[in-house]
Amino acid sequence: MSELATHDEHGEHGHADDAAHHPTDTKYIQIALILGAITAAEVATYFVDFGPLMVPSLMVMMVVKFAMVAMFFMHLRFDSPLFRRVFVAGLITAVAVYIAALTMFEFWTEDDNIDTSTGGGETVGMVHVSR
Amino acid sequence: MAETTFGHEGGIAAPSQPVSVPGVHGESPAAHHTSTGLSNEKIAMWAFLGSECLLFGGLISTYLLYRNRSVEGPTPSEIFDIPFTSVSSFVLLMSSLTMVLAVSSIQRGDHQRCRTWLITTASLGASFIAGQVYEFTSFVREGLGYTTNIFGSAFYTLTGFHGVHVSLGILMLLSLVILSLRGRLPTERAETVEIVGLYWHFVDVVWIVIFTVVYLIPE
Repeated sequence: MSELATHDEHGEHGHADDAAHHPTDTKYIQIALILGAITAAEVATYFVDFGPLMVPSLMVMMVVKFAMVAMFFMHLRFDSPLFRRVFVAGLITAVAVYIAALTMFEFWTEDDNIDTSTGGGETVGMVHVSR
Repeated sequence: MAETTFGHEGGIAAPSQPVSVPGVHGESPAAHHTSTGLSNEKIAMWAFLGSECLLFGGLISTYLLYRNRSVEGPTPSEIFDIPFTSVSSFVLLMSSLTMVLAVSSIQRGDHQRCRTWLITTASLGASFIAGQVYEFTSFVREGLGYTTNIFGSAFYTLTGFHGVHVSLGILMLLSLVILSLRGRLPTERAETVEIVGLYWHFVDVVWIVIFTVVYLIPE
């Protein structure tokens, strides 16, 4: 009797554990409100001059929103680590590849304004330069 | 004579099995038969979303390379309507909330509420698409076409691809509503809603990046 009762309790306890790991609907709404507030702060940078802090603050807010949606809404924080590894592997690969590509095109240092929308001129490397 | 043991309902309690709540921790009724103990469908969706990072990474990188390289035609600062796009962004963000509430509803067995949240999510997504269509048409009227300059080409390609993804997501959401109305989406298949939800949240996450990089970061 006690053995069967123990099994029954264990099953109910395990079920309660699973349900407890996911946020409640109230928590989801709170997270959405935080995301909305961060979005408002991002939009504020359009109207208020943040000076040299503008781009870094926008990037930080973007990453925070990305992480919050991934962790809470997509349940990455509560699910098996394998899902996190699979997604993050693709994400890291994409970031690394495209940082390398942008570096190859001297995106971080080049500031010339090249017209590639009109005919004429000559092609220098992969860029069409008008004369 | 030995006493027979009965559970609280009067029957003999069966040995407890691990309780699998659909969609929780990636467990589905079929998950216990996989080598990982997790749902293959869910792993496949995460792998697909990982690959989508490469797609959108390429489009965003191309936009970053091209946006300052036009000397004729409208420039980003001349053409973008940030307040309007901010409202669109907020609408898409809230659709992520309604999507997760739909998943939560079906996991609780509340099918009516699940359908309500799915329809709300699809409606918000459609509103976002309507906003994009309005934005594109106003840009064209102001002189920024697909072939006007390379900023225009990169911008329309990037946001157009995103818009197609949102549209496909809307179709998936409406399919779920129809399945639910036909009684073919029981609580045991809550993971199906969760997997569509993953796709929808990813589409929202991509817009979070696009909105910041394309619209907010100055030239």
